[in-house]
Amino acid sequence: MLSKLIPYFRKYKVPAIICPLLMLLEVVGDVMMPLLMSRIVDVGIAGRDILYIAQTGLLMIGLALIALFCGSTSSYLSALAAQGAGAELRMSLFDKIQNFSFSNLDRFSIPSLITRLTTDVNNLQQAAMMGLRMLARAPFMMILALFMALLINKELAMVFLVAIPLLATALIAIMTQAHPRFMRLQRKIDQLNTSIQENLINIRVVKSFVRSDYEKEKFKAANDDLMQTAIRAVKLVILNMPIMQLIMYGCIIAILWFGGNMITAGRMRTGELISFISYVTQILMSLMMLSMVFLMFTRAKASGERVVEVLNTAPDLNDPDSPLIELADGSIEFQGAHFRYAGSGVDTLSDISMSIRSGEIIGIIGATGSGKTTLVQLIPRLYDVTSGQVRVGGHDVREYALQTLRDAVAIVLQKNTLFSGTIRENLQWGQAEASDEAIRAACQSAQAWSFICDLPQGLDTVLGQGGVNLSGGQKQRLCIARALLKQPKIIILDDSTSAVDMATDALIRQAFTTGLRGITTLIIAQRIRSIEHADRIIVMDDGRIHAIGTHEELLATDEIYRDVYTSQQEGAIAG
Amino acid sequence: MTEEWSKVKAIRRDRGIGGPGGPHPRTEKPKQIGKTLLRLFGALSDNRIPLMISLFLIIISALAAITGTWYLKPLINEVIGRADLGKLAHSLVIIGLMYGTGALATYISSRLMIRIAQQTTNRIRAALFNHLQELPLRYFDSHTHGELMSRFTNDVDNVNFALEQSLSQTVTSLISVVGTFIMMLVLSPLLTVFIVLMLLVMGLTIKTVGGKSSSYFRGQQKALGDLNGYIEEMMEGQKVVKVFNHEESACRDFRVKNEALRGASTKAQTFASMLMPIMGNLSYINYAVTAMVGAILSIQGRMDIGTIAAFLQYTRSFSQPITQVANQVNMLLAALAGAERIFDVMDQVPENDEGEVSLVLARRNSSGSLESLSVDSADFTLQTTDGQPESAVTAADNTAIASAFVLAWRVPQPDGPADLIELRGDVRFSNVTFSYVEGKVVLKNVSLFAKPGQKIAFVGSTGAGKTTITNLINRFYEIHEGTITYDGIDIRRIRKADLRRTLGMVLQDVHLFKGTIRDNIRYGKPDASEAEIIRAAKIANAHGFISRLPDGYNTMLTPDGTNLSQGQRQLLSIARAAVANPPVLILDEATSSIDTRTERLIERGMDQLMHGRTTFVIAHRLSTVRNAEAIMVLEHGEIIERGDHHDLMALHGRYYQLCTGVAELA
Repeated sequence: MLSKLIPYFRKYKVPAIICPLLMLLEVVGDVMMPLLMSRIVDVGIAGRDILYIAQTGLLMIGLALIALFCGSTSSYLSALAAQGAGAELRMSLFDKIQNFSFSNLDRFSIPSLITRLTTDVNNLQQAAMMGLRMLARAPFMMILALFMALLINKELAMVFLVAIPLLATALIAIMTQAHPRFMRLQRKIDQLNTSIQENLINIRVVKSFVRSDYEKEKFKAANDDLMQTAIRAVKLVILNMPIMQLIMYGCIIAILWFGGNMITAGRMRTGELISFISYVTQILMSLMMLSMVFLMFTRAKASGERVVEVLNTAPDLNDPDSPLIELADGSIEFQGAHFRYAGSGVDTLSDISMSIRSGEIIGIIGATGSGKTTLVQLIPRLYDVTSGQVRVGGHDVREYALQTLRDAVAIVLQKNTLFSGTIRENLQWGQAEASDEAIRAACQSAQAWSFICDLPQGLDTVLGQGGVNLSGGQKQRLCIARALLKQPKIIILDDSTSAVDMATDALIRQAFTTGLRGITTLIIAQRIRSIEHADRIIVMDDGRIHAIGTHEELLATDEIYRDVYTSQQEGAIAG
Repeated sequence: MTEEWSKVKAIRRDRGIGGPGGPHPRTEKPKQIGKTLLRLFGALSDNRIPLMISLFLIIISALAAITGTWYLKPLINEVIGRADLGKLAHSLVIIGLMYGTGALATYISSRLMIRIAQQTTNRIRAALFNHLQELPLRYFDSHTHGELMSRFTNDVDNVNFALEQSLSQTVTSLISVVGTFIMMLVLSPLLTVFIVLMLLVMGLTIKTVGGKSSSYFRGQQKALGDLNGYIEEMMEGQKVVKVFNHEESACRDFRVKNEALRGASTKAQTFASMLMPIMGNLSYINYAVTAMVGAILSIQGRMDIGTIAAFLQYTRSFSQPITQVANQVNMLLAALAGAERIFDVMDQVPENDEGEVSLVLARRNSSGSLESLSVDSADFTLQTTDGQPESAVTAADNTAIASAFVLAWRVPQPDGPADLIELRGDVRFSNVTFSYVEGKVVLKNVSLFAKPGQKIAFVGSTGAGKTTITNLINRFYEIHEGTITYDGIDIRRIRKADLRRTLGMVLQDVHLFKGTIRDNIRYGKPDASEAEIIRAAKIANAHGFISRLPDGYNTMLTPDGTNLSQGQRQLLSIARAAVANPPVLILDEATSSIDTRTERLIERGMDQLMHGRTTFVIAHRLSTVRNAEAIMVLEHGEIIERGDHHDLMALHGRYYQLCTGVAELA
């Protein structure tokens, strides 16, 4: 994992190396202080040497100033390196995801990718900052302070032989016990939040069925459970402090006793004793700090793994070695195509063979789950066939550069998205720098122009995220216009007019049969009326093509089609 | 979302335990500190005494640490001056006792504090949740889920953190600062002067660095919010990005925002982590000055070495609590601001329910008039068909079989015994005017009636007021003018719970709960028997697909019911309404995105459910409308046409246009 993450520091090599070095310098200052102080007491006071005292004191102040400089510079450098590397990491994650195929996206799921890009990267940044400074500081401090203690008095330093293992054992025991308890706590918190969210979303149901007492009861159980779990977890961690205090105070007392004896026996000086006590604090505190860093790292490890998982995933759709960058026409051909979603046990599409001439208008109809959407998503190569072939413009779709193929094939997805920004900016997704005339033409075909004109700001109306300030039908019409602006050879409408009323739907269809004639058009619809005038209609059933033909032919020969038709004679009246 | 905030919390908790920097509080300040504190103190409830004990222990612990160090002076002087090992041992025992007491007090007080904090936040969360259940829908309309969630997460969390850590740390730090200062004064007023000078420098540093830090921190939060918003939007729309070959431009925009965050966070993090080395080393300078001056004083014979040793120890332990106080006070303020927002929700007025008319079980006596069997409706539910043969039982059947037992409204009379009015499902609107926001009238002077068993359909564009009408019947919202009556009783006189129990709702957006299919159907009637559940599922046409599932009625639904198809989920919500067996139904029909076969299934379910009940339906299908007793065509909050299908077609008006597809519904 680390080998995958460390390269992101490449651009920040200098700060990442200098930062711990400066930290070491600061530690040297830290550790020198008690020693110098003991000199003032033992040499200066004992020898009544004011000059020596002044010199040593100034030396201490100088050291402190240098340490101050080193410490704050290393703060800056660690922020520079950690935030910089984090930004690089985020960028390359984002890049990577842009190269993902639809099936890659399906596997990770969108919310999980969002968490990886935000929270996980933040966790790693925190850990990196901490690591750059504390991972250098704590062990070095412990070693140097221990060294100093040994230098002052080897015998007295034996105290640490007891204290360090004792504290280390206690800390390790607490941390290893606490970790799973905190993980459990985390899960409980997530569960509680999920249930609050569920309650908020369903508040109308709760109220109309008069079930608030039941909801309160349910919440109480989860809430109490959370409290118990939290107490169990936190009560372990608070042991840290008193144990640390006990061991530290124990050490100080032992040192005072043995040290006192040594001073009485003339084997030690007072200043040395006082400085020794400072080293106790430094050594034990750095041990404590180390345990904190490790706790932080175990948490960051989980984030690191999630991030690396994304980085290690190879996009499963790639450009061929020498891709075609020209697409001749809008003809489409399926040859024995099978398709199965990753992880699914059954084929979603089986044995699809058919050909569509360039410029034809095709309607596709069938029950939910019959494979309509999957079928059309193979054409712009959003997914690759499991076996068989899909050919566009006379070539297998896998021979084209993805960009070429997708520029030529416009698809209006069932779950479509508009982005925050103006209507114009959204439409220009289809064609950057599209002129107002081009935009107007596309919008007129998609029957979006009139409502855009009705908006006070027209094309410059700012849409909220997801186009929240538009009605469903308006959003769908904008999505169609956006696709038309690509000037594609093939356009696919996947149930893209479900929220558009019938009259407008008819006008859109009319635009496709007249002004846009020449573009191969595939329309998936629930309503027969949306497709009955198509050149041919494909009836999908259970992943297979059940029948192909004109409206009249199908009415005469296909029982599924007839069935749907009759049921819709009493169709919907409102959109 | 949930995952994110809880991780943030985890990090904060980490830092709180002792990491550098400490948690970074949000920048908002509480507005009414005094009032909020008092209420928070009230929220402590029976934790108040433990809190006092805990605070007392914290004071002891802090004092023990200070006095422990105080004993360094006689100790060192005695050892050096008199080489008296007996006295040394004596002093060490005292120090040991001091420190021991301190450690013990620390432990007990933190144990207490955890319990206090957890119990208090548990209580606050429960009170908040319970209060939310009582709030009118109007409140939920004007507050996003995210906003309300953050009361439960960030705000409760801040309070918890303050109780668990900040409070005790602030007290400890304050006592340490004050105590140490007094001790230093007693030891040597002269040296203390130097300390005070250094204190000023430190204070100034905290102010400058802290001020810079929090302004950069705001910058970082803004850049972070900006980037996270972009990430969310681009990820949600990722498939569209790919379809439009927009990957490169997305990366370009991302880079800009990413760089902005990098710049801002580098600054913010630098200043946040700089405080520690600066304060630490300033205190070393302090230490050096103390050592120098002390040494010189000692040479002049004006100070002994024991004093210097103790003073030095105090100097070292002085800077940390000062930094702490600044941090913790910010945390406390953040907690108070959080508490204030929580109390703000608690102060919202709950749905008012002054209803005096309740639903009771009654019996028709020999003379044909009703007599009450129970006084309160709380102890029974609507269905009285238990043990009936398995068939689609409807409300109409119900009244037939249960001629002996009926449900009735108990209407108290100012003088004499209460009236009993049979529950039939007769709903009337007279001159109802309503607006969600003052000044923007949504319904204008609407009058209509539905006799028991009749079907009323509402047709009209989005925003015409169809849903609003149905929201008024169950008193989700209160009307401003006019009256609505149920079986002749003004609905404002009926207890809300009883009113809603007699109204079944099936909404267009299906909302199911995490749990089994059985649990979800039973939601409509908590004590429904297995037979009742299956009967309801059969009415809704859901029994078939449920039985085909491997786990049948025990199938667990994922939080949003995503393991079932849209159509199947809708059928479950119909079954849920069916099991409650209400005399009046409110249906919002499902529309697009459901294929016709599933739609027909749902249709049949709905038709069976409607049979024999008064039904208000927001209609999308011609078939529903055609056989409705009355069709209301709504436009801009007014009923512009009414009548049955044939009347309206003959009228050649708006309805006619809609049916023939001439007009567009926006």
